[in-house]
Amino acid sequence: MAQLVSLPQAITEAVRDGDSVALEGFTHLIPFAAGHELLRQGRRELELIRMTPDLLYDQMIGVGAARKLVFSYGGNPGVGSLHRFRDVVEHGWPNPIELEEHSHAGMANRYAAGASKLPFMVMRGYAGTDLVAHTNVKEIICPFTGERLTAVPALNPDVAIVHAQEADHDGNVQLWGIPGVQKEAVLAASRSVVTVERIVDRLEPRPGGVVIPGWEIDFVAHAPGGSQPSYALDVTERDNDFYREWDVISRDRERFLAWMDANVIGKVAA
Amino acid sequence: MSALPGGSAAAAGSAAATNPQPPGRSSSGYDTGELQTIVAARSLAGKRSCFIGVGRPSTAALLARMVHNPELVLVYESGTIGAKPFRVPLSIGDGELAQTADFVVSVPEMFNYWIGPGRVQVAFLGAAQVDRHANLNSTVIGEYAHPRTRLPGAGGAPEIATGCAEVVVIAPHGKRTFVEQLDFVTTRGDHTTLVITDLGVLEPRDGELTLTTLHPGVTAEQVQDATGWELRVADSLAVSPEPTDHELAALRELVSR
Repeated sequence: MAQLVSLPQAITEAVRDGDSVALEGFTHLIPFAAGHELLRQGRRELELIRMTPDLLYDQMIGVGAARKLVFSYGGNPGVGSLHRFRDVVEHGWPNPIELEEHSHAGMANRYAAGASKLPFMVMRGYAGTDLVAHTNVKEIICPFTGERLTAVPALNPDVAIVHAQEADHDGNVQLWGIPGVQKEAVLAASRSVVTVERIVDRLEPRPGGVVIPGWEIDFVAHAPGGSQPSYALDVTERDNDFYREWDVISRDRERFLAWMDANVIGKVAA
Repeated sequence: MSALPGGSAAAAGSAAATNPQPPGRSSSGYDTGELQTIVAARSLAGKRSCFIGVGRPSTAALLARMVHNPELVLVYESGTIGAKPFRVPLSIGDGELAQTADFVVSVPEMFNYWIGPGRVQVAFLGAAQVDRHANLNSTVIGEYAHPRTRLPGAGGAPEIATGCAEVVVIAPHGKRTFVEQLDFVTTRGDHTTLVITDLGVLEPRDGELTLTTLHPGVTAEQVQDATGWELRVADSLAVSPEPTDHELAALRELVSR
């Protein structure tokens, strides 16, 4: 059953150095506040898992918190490159990291396998691309039709961290808008943290709402604005100007480090 | 394939061929980027649904809904199906896409139920490199282990390109993009029907991209010079019709929102 705790306590109890950690949220509901708390607590040697690394993982790999990145699209959506990601891959700065990359469909199916507690999921894809030689998939023959398909291995992170609009006092969570793979990530992981915009007395079911029951979550923390500069539909708006500004901040190592120090590392969680 | 008027740039008439203009800003006051967007929008006339990413493809698809095809279903990989954004979104997950969508699905559902089985008709894709078979690279420039330039990676493209029946590639025409040999095959070109550039339109003929349409004022030699392999050229080259006043006004109004 989920415990309602402060964000620092949730991160302290859920995440250890060396863990595989999935902070999910597909453009929407990216758990920035929780990721920043991880950095403030100095977590290191993380295997960071995320379909779209986005600005959050650019920040986390840029300060050297990762040993491995598992992902499917490492760009700044609509803006261009993630400069810290490029610097790590092209120059090994600040530390070389291992890459494991997939397609979106592959990552989505890996989470679905993880949530189902199955060893792999079957899909069409990867065949005929150079991804096969550089990632972790296998060909499989359908036992019914003989069709050649691709098996992608389950993702079962040590920890999943997601953000949602609301939770009740029992830690039942509801999110709506673009649902991404958050439910799959929480159900696939050994431990989970959900940060929320607000705590409510009762969850009012919404059309298209995704409910994750408190009995499948370990920690719920109140973190209003916790997905900015991403957003929580109906609560906050995506800060598109900041996504553009990040292109400038992140280009230069010194400027990036100064920004992180002033805005993340040196700041106390609200 | 649609036979509706303006349904394909390649099928368009060549009335404009008698009025050549240099590339870039023409005397009629549009630039090559605007023309590329307008030609891409025309390719969506008569289509049922289109999968789109951000940038020029998104602008072209919104323009198509304004000018050619108000019923076109726009699908973004974030899970928003039937999105009707008023402004061109910066990201594929902007709030307006979810708020205006007919319905919103999770990422596993998007790929397993909608993209994979071919329920979305057309896809617009971009890439850093394109080869003569319309295979695409969006992963690395240089060697994979030690890339000169690390690109974002596959995203949804590989399964979108095999799931959708018709793939339209939108790319700037130059030798850095149109290369003899891809540095990395991210996405296969089997389903590609059109490659729309700022110089013209290429279509596969017997599995190889062939120049079929020139934009006004562009010569086949210019296109060859901007292509990194010996380019096949169709016996009869069409010329993209000049943007109409209606298309240009709609495009400019759209991007000014």
